Amino acid sequence: MAEVNTGDGGGHGKHDKKRAKKLSTRIDMTPMVDLAFLLLTFFVMTSTFNKAKTMEINFPAEPKSDDQRQKVNNALTFIMSKDNSIYYYYGEFYPAGNDKGNPATTLEKTNFSKDGLRKLLLDKNRSTVEEVNKLTEQLKSREIADSTYKRLVVNAKGSKGALTVLIKADDKALYRNVIDLIDELNICQVGKYAVVDMMPAEFELVTAAGAK
Amino acid sequence: MPKIKMPKASPSLDMTPMVDLAFLLVTFFMLTATVRVSEPVVVDSPSSTSDKILPDNVMMISIDKFGKAFFNISNPQVRISTLERMGEQYKIQFNDDEKKRFGAMTSIGVPMDKLKDYINFDDSQRQKVKSPGIPVDSTNNQLGDWIQFGRIEAAKLAKSEKDKAESAGRDFKYEPLRFAIKADGAASYIAVQDIIKIFTKKDIYRFNLITNLEQEAE
Repeated sequence: MAEVNTGDGGGHGKHDKKRAKKLSTRIDMTPMVDLAFLLLTFFVMTSTFNKAKTMEINFPAEPKSDDQRQKVNNALTFIMSKDNSIYYYYGEFYPAGNDKGNPATTLEKTNFSKDGLRKLLLDKNRSTVEEVNKLTEQLKSREIADSTYKRLVVNAKGSKGALTVLIKADDKALYRNVIDLIDELNICQVGKYAVVDMMPAEFELVTAAGAK
Repeated sequence: MPKIKMPKASPSLDMTPMVDLAFLLVTFFMLTATVRVSEPVVVDSPSSTSDKILPDNVMMISIDKFGKAFFNISNPQVRISTLERMGEQYKIQFNDDEKKRFGAMTSIGVPMDKLKDYINFDDSQRQKVKSPGIPVDSTNNQLGDWIQFGRIEAAKLAKSEKDKAESAGRDFKYEPLRFAIKADGAASYIAVQDIIKIFTKKDIYRFNLITNLEQEAE
């Protein structure tokens, strides 16, 4: 006990001097483990980001003739144009000087910000959003089952009072704009939407609005 | 030297189980990792909040920034038989080696008359070649033919696999061919719409639009 171990790396205590050096049977595995974990990390990182995400969408069939154009209630029509701009109008389209005597449709402009598109959609689609929120509450408190929830949400989105959205794009609109809009519709619980062709009268309106 | 020896706690742990586990995982990930073959086109797909995962059995049309179309089918067997059918249609003979190479390739974006050369290039040459995209004009609608034959061959393969499974008494899980569109966010929407019209003319209305998952929550 009186000995003081100086702890210098090179020398051994005087009692060890006569002993034969014992060879350890163990190999230092640290570098191997390091390497293994490095590889493991690499493969884990690369494999998870590989799978692409996707958005399912149905496109409408080509209409056989213009007369078959369906009348939709509670419809909001978006027209995408150059420089990420979005125009919209609510209800049916009336060209200037139509025979029914309705005022001509004018386009409103909006944008992808929170106060623009999101506010507009939530406002127009309030009944469905409230319905879906209520269902989500019920699901959380375990009042309804998972499958029932899914069915009821689909029903609510497809109900008669729910908002219908028509998406149209002119030749200067980007694909990204259309995807962003569809994404926004999904967020705002709009179940009925379609990407359709533009009417010539609408195209004129958009061109006039864009030139301003 | 004290008379009673204290049991010396070894500072080195036994790492064998950990190493075993680590190597097991490394092996697993190495085997499951798919070799990413370089695509002839860079597509920067737009982002969305959708978190659905792309199904495995897909026919994918990539559309780049300039509206050029590229065609790809995930199943190699279907790729090869589609190539045979396209060869018949356009009077081009492909030998077995070419078919095999085509089966292992990714998207193609060359018209039929250049396809033979394109298949025979090696990888480094292929990367240098600028793909002009598959013709989609109404007079020379090669993409339409690719879609048509790809769809028929996929259905044929599914049928033969179903028969095989049924005769062996196994269950067969039918996975329908899905149609994926991977377009660049900066592509004009009209270019994408033209491609979609080719599909809708063939009574295909359901698509998977490929997007990136939006990172930050708003």
